[in-house]
Amino acid sequence: MIELSVVNKTYLVGEAPLRALRDVNMTIGAGEYLSVMGPSGSGKSTLLNMIGLLDRPDSGSYCLDGVATETLGEEPRARLRADYIGFIFQAFHLINRLTTLENVELPMMLGGIAPKQRRQNALAVLEQVGLADRAGHRPGQLSGGQLQRVAIARAIVMKPRILLADEPTGNLDQASGNEVVEVLENLNREGITLLVVTHDANLGKRAKRRIRMVDGQIESDTGDDNVAAGSTAL
Amino acid sequence: MLLRDQLHFNGQLFLRHRVRTGLLLLAVGLGVASVILLTSLGEGARRYVDREFSSLGNQLLIILPGRKETTGGAPPIYGTAPRDLTLEDAQALERIPAIRAVAPVIAGTASVALQNRSREVIVLGSTPEIFQVRDLEVSQGEILPDRTRSEAMAICVLGSKLKQELFGNSRAIGEWVRVGDRRMRVIGVLEERGESLGLDLRDMIIVPVRTAEQMFNTPGLFRVLMELDGNADFARAEERVRAVIRERHEGDDDITLISQDSMLAAFNNILTTLTLAIAAIAAISLLVAGILIMNISLISVSQRRQEIGLLKALGGSSRQVRQLFLGESLMLVSMGSAAGIAVAWSAVLVMARLWPSFPLAPPWWSVPAAVGTALVAGLVFSLIPARRAAALDPVLALRGQGG
Ligand SMILES: Nc1ncnc2c1ncn2[C@@H]1O[C@H](COP(=O)(O)OP(=O)(O)O)[C@@H](O)[C@H]1O
Ligand SMILES: [Mg+2]
Repeated sequence: MIELSVVNKTYLVGEAPLRALRDVNMTIGAGEYLSVMGPSGSGKSTLLNMIGLLDRPDSGSYCLDGVATETLGEEPRARLRADYIGFIFQAFHLINRLTTLENVELPMMLGGIAPKQRRQNALAVLEQVGLADRAGHRPGQLSGGQLQRVAIARAIVMKPRILLADEPTGNLDQASGNEVVEVLENLNREGITLLVVTHDANLGKRAKRRIRMVDGQIESDTGDDNVAAGSTAL
Repeated sequence: MLLRDQLHFNGQLFLRHRVRTGLLLLAVGLGVASVILLTSLGEGARRYVDREFSSLGNQLLIILPGRKETTGGAPPIYGTAPRDLTLEDAQALERIPAIRAVAPVIAGTASVALQNRSREVIVLGSTPEIFQVRDLEVSQGEILPDRTRSEAMAICVLGSKLKQELFGNSRAIGEWVRVGDRRMRVIGVLEERGESLGLDLRDMIIVPVRTAEQMFNTPGLFRVLMELDGNADFARAEERVRAVIRERHEGDDDITLISQDSMLAAFNNILTTLTLAIAAIAAISLLVAGILIMNISLISVSQRRQEIGLLKALGGSSRQVRQLFLGESLMLVSMGSAAGIAVAWSAVLVMARLWPSFPLAPPWWSVPAAVGTALVAGLVFSLIPARRAAALDPVLALRGQGG
């Protein structure tokens, strides 16, 4: 599903080059559940953005479902992103002037799906995350946990194969954090590939495969079972 | 992304930023309204002149002495002064069949005095035909008698204002006034009428042409006014006139002929050019509105960085982001234009009510021109903000918050 080989990414911070990813090799199979942990600044978000096609590697290759992405232009990358990837951010990133329903409809709107169909799908995923009754509310009227669940609804409404969550519980209390994790794990059980970046060791441990990053490198990659090495890839 | 969704999405944005949207609408609306209103004024002036000319009613042909080289030809080689146009020339023209009436005119200024009251006015020396050709009527007394075609007589017809200034409400007919250093008897007073072709007919005096000839000591006519038969052909009449003059001026038709049509055409040209110039000046306000849109859009792009990043993360392409921002400007301009058109239209209606005699009306091209300019300005000036939005790096944009 996801194949990174010798991926490097360097940022220029002032004059000094900063290597955010160093020679990262990684294969992730369809339906896996991974957690990515590591100190701040170790390149976790960069890795996630790379996989989500928001960022481009400086060198190395990234194959998504058999498609070599490094050579693609902006438009096909946007299309791949729309088809394959759902993002969940620590800061939710909902648009405040839109209702819950409209926020969830946003990816479908960008995809040019007809309003009726959109509404149906959006209500269905809101049901799935337990917020069908909040469809008409605006973000300002919801709690943190609810906001993140709206964001999850938005991320899965296009039925992506991969869900990328960058510290999804980072802004939440324990209880709402757990609710959110519950929702994410349910989705993984239904077959979605789930990558969660987290600082929470307990949350990290729940994943079947755990990656630890330090200084832009993968320090360890441990799994509950031996399949983790990626033999199910593609 | 469906058009409908774009409209809705941007509509929500406008509702969210009511003040900003209102200001931009105001700027665009004012620009469009001012283009339409100012061009309406110009067009109104053109129609006014048009109407004035056609109110003259008859087919007027005017001869000026000397050739006016309007076509910019070489100056005459011999450099001779033009021959005078004489009373005899005018009389010869009367024989042309297509010409119904010929009114020779000698013009000058003189002071007209009654006791201690005096006024400096224009003196027109002419024949009874002047009344026919210029459609003049007397409200009291009579017009010049037939004898004045060939004789000097100490009589005059006063303009209505001049009569009022000198005589007030007392009777003028039969009284004597002093014109220059001559005494003349008032035989008529012109009917009150406004300005016509730039000459205030109320404040002048008409005397026999021979009398004016003596007064100003000149055999040369100021001009000759002619009225053509209703169905006469201008070009043919002009040719005949030139032929007659050539015959009398040793083969040289050293005159300038002005027809009512050519004057009207000249006025039309001038006023249309003026209207276009006014429109161009008014359009500058639309450029200003465009620049305003650009500035505000640039601010909007930097305020909405995260939203733009988010749209991209959700599968939106750079092209879609650019379209959204361009669409935003186009929507603003369209709404502003609609408001501007409505305002201009109401203003035209109100003014038409206030000044019914002035034919105020927007020329057909003013609305499309105003809206077109507004759209182009809006589009051009939002290209930069839209491009900047499209080029935004989603990773950086999303990193902006919390993170
Ligand atoms: N756009 C960027 N420009 C400059 N430096 C960046 C940029 N993005 C990330 N970095 C740097 O790269 C390193 C890795 O960042 P990140 O992947 O966000 O770390 P993490 O998510 O693990 O905290 C950090 O030192 C960060 O400052
Ligand atoms: Mg991070």
